[in-house]
Amino acid sequence: MESWIKIRNAMKKYGDFVAIPDISLDIARGEFFTLLGPSGCGKTTLLRMIAGFNTIEGGEFYFGDRLINDLDPAKRNIGMVFQNYAIFPHLSVRKNVAFGLTNRKFPQETIQRQATKFMKLMKIEEYADRLPEKLSGGQQQRVALARALAIEPEVLLMDEPLSNLDAKLRVEMREVIKEIQNRLRITTVYVTHDQEEAMAVSDRIAVMDRGTIQQIGSPKELYQRPSNLFVATFLGRTNILDATLYLSEDGNGLHFAGGYDLPMPNLKNVKNGQRVAVSVRPEELVIKEGEDVGRGKCLMAKVVYSTFLGLNTHYIVELENEKRVEIIQESQIYDIIENGTVIGLTIKAEKINVFTEDGLTSLVK
Amino acid sequence: MVRQRKWQHDFWFVASFAILGLYLLFMVYPLSTVVRQSVVDETTGRFSLRYMRQFFSQPYYYRTLLNSFKVAITTGFAAVIVGTPLAYLYTMYEVRGRKTLQLLIILSSMSAPFIGAYAWILLLGRAGAITKFIQTTFGYTIPNIYGFSGILLVLTTKLFPLVFLYVSGALKNVDNSLLEASANMGCTGVKRFFTVVLPLCMPSILAASLMVFMRALADFGTPLMIGEGYMTFPVIIYNQYIGEVGTNQNFASAISVIAIIITLCFFLVQRYLSNRHSFSMSAMHSLERKKASAVGNFFIHLYAYGVVAISLLPQVYLIFLSFRKTSTAGIVFLEGYSLKSYQQVFSNMGGSIWNTIRICGIALFIIIVLAILISYLVVRRRNITNAIIDSLSMIPYIIPGAVVGISLITSFNNPYLPLVGTATIMIVSMVIRRIPYTIRSSVAILSQIPLSIDEAAESLGAGKIKTLVQITVPMMLNGIFAGAIMSWVTLITELSSSILLYSFRTQTLNVAIYTMVAKGADGRACALSTILMLFTVASLLLFNKFSKDGEIML
Ligand SMILES: Nc1ncnc2c1ncn2[C@@H]1O[C@H](COP(=O)(O)OP(=O)(O)O)[C@@H](O)[C@H]1O
Ligand SMILES: [Mg+2]
Repeated sequence: MESWIKIRNAMKKYGDFVAIPDISLDIARGEFFTLLGPSGCGKTTLLRMIAGFNTIEGGEFYFGDRLINDLDPAKRNIGMVFQNYAIFPHLSVRKNVAFGLTNRKFPQETIQRQATKFMKLMKIEEYADRLPEKLSGGQQQRVALARALAIEPEVLLMDEPLSNLDAKLRVEMREVIKEIQNRLRITTVYVTHDQEEAMAVSDRIAVMDRGTIQQIGSPKELYQRPSNLFVATFLGRTNILDATLYLSEDGNGLHFAGGYDLPMPNLKNVKNGQRVAVSVRPEELVIKEGEDVGRGKCLMAKVVYSTFLGLNTHYIVELENEKRVEIIQESQIYDIIENGTVIGLTIKAEKINVFTEDGLTSLVK
Repeated sequence: MVRQRKWQHDFWFVASFAILGLYLLFMVYPLSTVVRQSVVDETTGRFSLRYMRQFFSQPYYYRTLLNSFKVAITTGFAAVIVGTPLAYLYTMYEVRGRKTLQLLIILSSMSAPFIGAYAWILLLGRAGAITKFIQTTFGYTIPNIYGFSGILLVLTTKLFPLVFLYVSGALKNVDNSLLEASANMGCTGVKRFFTVVLPLCMPSILAASLMVFMRALADFGTPLMIGEGYMTFPVIIYNQYIGEVGTNQNFASAISVIAIIITLCFFLVQRYLSNRHSFSMSAMHSLERKKASAVGNFFIHLYAYGVVAISLLPQVYLIFLSFRKTSTAGIVFLEGYSLKSYQQVFSNMGGSIWNTIRICGIALFIIIVLAILISYLVVRRRNITNAIIDSLSMIPYIIPGAVVGISLITSFNNPYLPLVGTATIMIVSMVIRRIPYTIRSSVAILSQIPLSIDEAAESLGAGKIKTLVQITVPMMLNGIFAGAIMSWVTLITELSSSILLYSFRTQTLNVAIYTMVAKGADGRACALSTILMLFTVASLLLFNKFSKDGEIML
């Protein structure tokens, strides 16, 4: 995989405040790469450094072999889509889309052909001569995308492009974005704080927190094998349980309060008696009733309440140590378990993740 | 590429310093001259506070200060009392001919106050039309309007529209649900007006009344015309500077400095109060206009149109007079009608019409270009130089027009830059006086445009200059254009500095009217003010066509 955007030891300061201490990244040509993280973690800052709108206090940015640190934004050949679309309200849709092309002094004919092509691609051709303020949010977003793509940029940058849309349009537009990106194979850096959106569109995701990258990987890797507790909790829902490690001849495992032992063959760097944090996603818990329930055989819990959502049923249960835990179960045809019922829980050992007590390191191989 | 970037850098750099230079030359230097003059003895040339002492030790002088305060404060109250209910009724109830009513209200504020004073004298003065009519039919002599009461009448009818505009603007932002909620809790009608609506509009009322206060304080055409013995301090400044007897420039400067300090105090009080009382409102559902009961409806219309009729009466009367027959010299009105006044005006004074267009047009153009550049520097390129420009640009707010005039004459009556008597000096004073308002509104407009618009243009390969010319300025243009028309109206009715600066080659309409009116009743003056009024009405109609929602900022 050829790496196209290369970032080496990037550092960003606002005055004395270090927003990004030290980030290095490689993004492949044609890749859909997402920066994901909570609000204020520095995603926009990093993206704007790539775009050239932020000064760079340290490190190098490359497009291919070209150092772009001091290159004017206008010369970087990037297409940018902004959170508020930043469509020029006084220009028609067509003129908006053609704007970047006119700056490149193409012949008029080429400009029109190219503009029409991208308006067609984004399905906004019928509004070509309208002013953007007459368009809906989704349509405006399409204009913004068409405008960014029309200059056939080497890199497409998008900063939370869907956050101003309502939930339904958001899902629809992210499909559009994904499909267009797939078709054009344009190197894309996408910023969002919505983990579901990130998983839906990305080839790879960088999870950020407080100006540092926590983990980079495919959506599947990040979800199934998060490298620390932050990533585990930020992507998808999870329950964090306390446990102690035991090492024995028959194999290693986790010891939970209440006497439940879970064999775990795939651990590394472990010590006997080490306290750990275990991340168990709601679908990684299995509800047991009747015969199988009993101390030592499983975790004991009491149903607090349940929510029926069609495909799945969610249970909120309370463990013996009063910790609340969420379980997601495929909905069954028989009755939902009543509130107050005592049930047993077992854990799908191959799926769960185990971290050091401070949550910083994964202990799973 | 590197070179281009550097050039773009240089453009704003040069613009910054050029603008700073202009401010230093045409504002800071003249004002410092005035300040220096005020504390220097004219005979010895040494530092001395004798003019200040003279002002505060002789009742003839310091009383003018008290008079000015009395005028300004009462006018402030009167304008609020007239304007607030009008705004409330206008926003809350169905009023017939809404747009026309609003236009008429604005129109009544848009002539120079002295023209109103002049017309009121023609109506209610000793030999006024109404005075005579009442005397002959009822044998009763109405109290004379010269002095304080006349000034109050003229200024209130001129300035209440400010309150109307501010308050109706605020009411537009009151959410209907607030009124519904208070109705729900049993608070309606008059009680609701005083406990809910009025407090919500308080910041705007405060801002408007202080604005009225400042204008009334600085106005000098009105007291000069209708005040007779009632002197206010702008009149004293004027008299000391170009009066017929005993002029004293240093003393005039001293009074100017006192005027600036006082205005500054009020400006700061206004800033403080409006910061303390400001809260932001924005209505999701604006107020719904109701139909009032038959009786209520009658009184609403009576009030609204009554106020407007009284305010416009003087102008209407002037139009009427402009068509009356006059004696050969044009000084005495005779029975019957003719266009003679207009003939005289066009044969003798076409120059002043052309001067008005020329001088005000150039001033307006300069104001717009400078305001765009300055607002861009202030909003998008914050640095020390531009922060200084920002502060400098606010100074003219607190400088009375007469002081601007005096400072320019004093400073450019030299062999190096002999501007006195030229059109340039008129243009300079107009630009200085009006530009703060245009800058403020441009800054407001530009702050509304998200930075990402500029960045989008840049990422699409547009350079900084191209972005400014093709994207930023066109986006600002709508708002700027609406503001420009308002500026145009204020420029063509400007008097207090032009009256000091004009020469026979640069006499504008407004000045021509003033000089004629100062000599007594005159058909030509009426014709000229009718022409001026036509200009204003045309500008207003143009404004209404171009502004999106008829929103007017003054
Ligand atoms: N122009 C700025 N000046 C000072 N601090 C800033 C500026 N822009 C962002 N920051 C700070 O940098 C951090 C990262 O911001 P940002 O990149 O906007 O986060 P995100 O896009 O992930 O929400 C935040 O703490 C923010 O307050
Ligand atoms: Mg952000």
